Amino acid sequence: MVRVVIPFHLRTLAKITGDIELDIEGPVTQRSVLDALEARYPMLCGTIRDHVTKKRRAFLRLYACEQDLSNEDPDSPLPDAVTSGAEPYLIIGAIAGG
Amino acid sequence: MSRVRVLVGTKKGAFILTADGKRQKWEVSGPHFGGWEMYHLKGSPVDPNRIYASQTSGWFGQVISRSDDGGKTWTTPGSSPEELKTPEGWPKGESNKFVYDTSAETGAPLTTHQWYDGTQHPWEFKRVWHLEPSLNDQDTIYAGVEDAALFRSSDGGKSWQELASLRGHGTGPKWTPGAGGMGLHTIVFDPTNPKRIYVAISAAGNFRTDDGGKTWKAINKGLKSPYLPEMTPDVGFCVHRIAIHPTRPDVVYMQLHQGGGIYRSDNAGDEWQEVNGNLPTDFGFPIDVHAHEPTTIYAVPMDPMLRVPPEGKLRVYRSTAGGNEWEPLTRGLPQENCFINVLRDAMAVDTLDDCGIYFGTTGGQVYCSPDGGDNWQAIVRDLPGVLSVEVQSLK
Repeated sequence: MVRVVIPFHLRTLAKITGDIELDIEGPVTQRSVLDALEARYPMLCGTIRDHVTKKRRAFLRLYACEQDLSNEDPDSPLPDAVTSGAEPYLIIGAIAGG
Repeated sequence: MSRVRVLVGTKKGAFILTADGKRQKWEVSGPHFGGWEMYHLKGSPVDPNRIYASQTSGWFGQVISRSDDGGKTWTTPGSSPEELKTPEGWPKGESNKFVYDTSAETGAPLTTHQWYDGTQHPWEFKRVWHLEPSLNDQDTIYAGVEDAALFRSSDGGKSWQELASLRGHGTGPKWTPGAGGMGLHTIVFDPTNPKRIYVAISAAGNFRTDDGGKTWKAINKGLKSPYLPEMTPDVGFCVHRIAIHPTRPDVVYMQLHQGGGIYRSDNAGDEWQEVNGNLPTDFGFPIDVHAHEPTTIYAVPMDPMLRVPPEGKLRVYRSTAGGNEWEPLTRGLPQENCFINVLRDAMAVDTLDDCGIYFGTTGGQVYCSPDGGDNWQAIVRDLPGVLSVEVQSLK
């Protein structure tokens, strides 16, 4: 079980509160986690990754275990602590004012 | 008893303002989509409880939402559990998927437009500026987007396809963004001819199809702009807004950028004539037409350099002659220290017997005149900056 934390506005869009728990079949990677997230909450398609290119949207960052994974290979395995659910996979909006 | 429902898009959410036919006492609902930039909301003429909304975000991109109960609840089309269970397999989470059609089959392999440095630049989707529901089908809706293109959904917003022949009709490589981006911001249907659609693009100009979107032509003859090197180019005009009256769809009114001003065409856009007359300035964004008087039009002139009301006086101008002769409407509007703006999609008219005129400001006020512009009152004063205003007249 992987725990995923998404920004406030995406929780509102998906009509959920709190963390999301996802069961991932096969290797636990950033791609497989995001695929599972979008499959459960289709309204999030296109809000984290581009619909076509699947690239991360510019003003979102992807963290886990105090590491910035934003520019890492999306098919690399996530840390064991994320795979086990001990640590969350964090989707963070860039800071901005106004 | 008639009612009105005003749909207000702001920089930080949407608000729904309702009143009875007197339009004196208002109820305010919102914010809906709090924190999102709400470029536009508009209801279906076929089913007024069907409302479409464009919400955008610098972080999360574009989202299309839909209400089927007059704005009480909202969904992203094609994403509810019920829809996902259908055996036909609705498009899943594609209500915000706007992909330019570059296929050779549809005749529009165009992929670039002119950039600020004169080079060609790829078309890049940024947001939906304007939503225009079909006059005849509640599930059909058109979207004007940045970078400028026209999309259509025939399934209630679940999926979108580009009408690519607009970009591909020939002048596309000459289109260029202004400082505010390159957006298709106005879509006008001819109610007497379902195959005729007008669209307006900043900074390209006006375009018209007479065959339901298969072919398009630029309709900018007679316009002038001191910002263009040529005197009479085909395209390149920063048109701010166009409007028609449904009983006279060949008469088109326009607010053009400064150096142009208010224009009117009496032949469906084939030729334009300037009708600024005695307006205090030629700059402004919205223009609209009285619901029952086809030659009565409204504009909100702004200082062309400052983009605020001249002399700090907020004045709507009305012409009952289709332009040239204008009168300022001030009763109930601030006449000192007013330095807001009124954006292109932020004016609307209702269709009650006494036609109501509405507009929203970048300062967060939404004003209503229940008597065609003679008297105004602020419905609300402290919303986030208003991006769009639409009104529904309800039985």
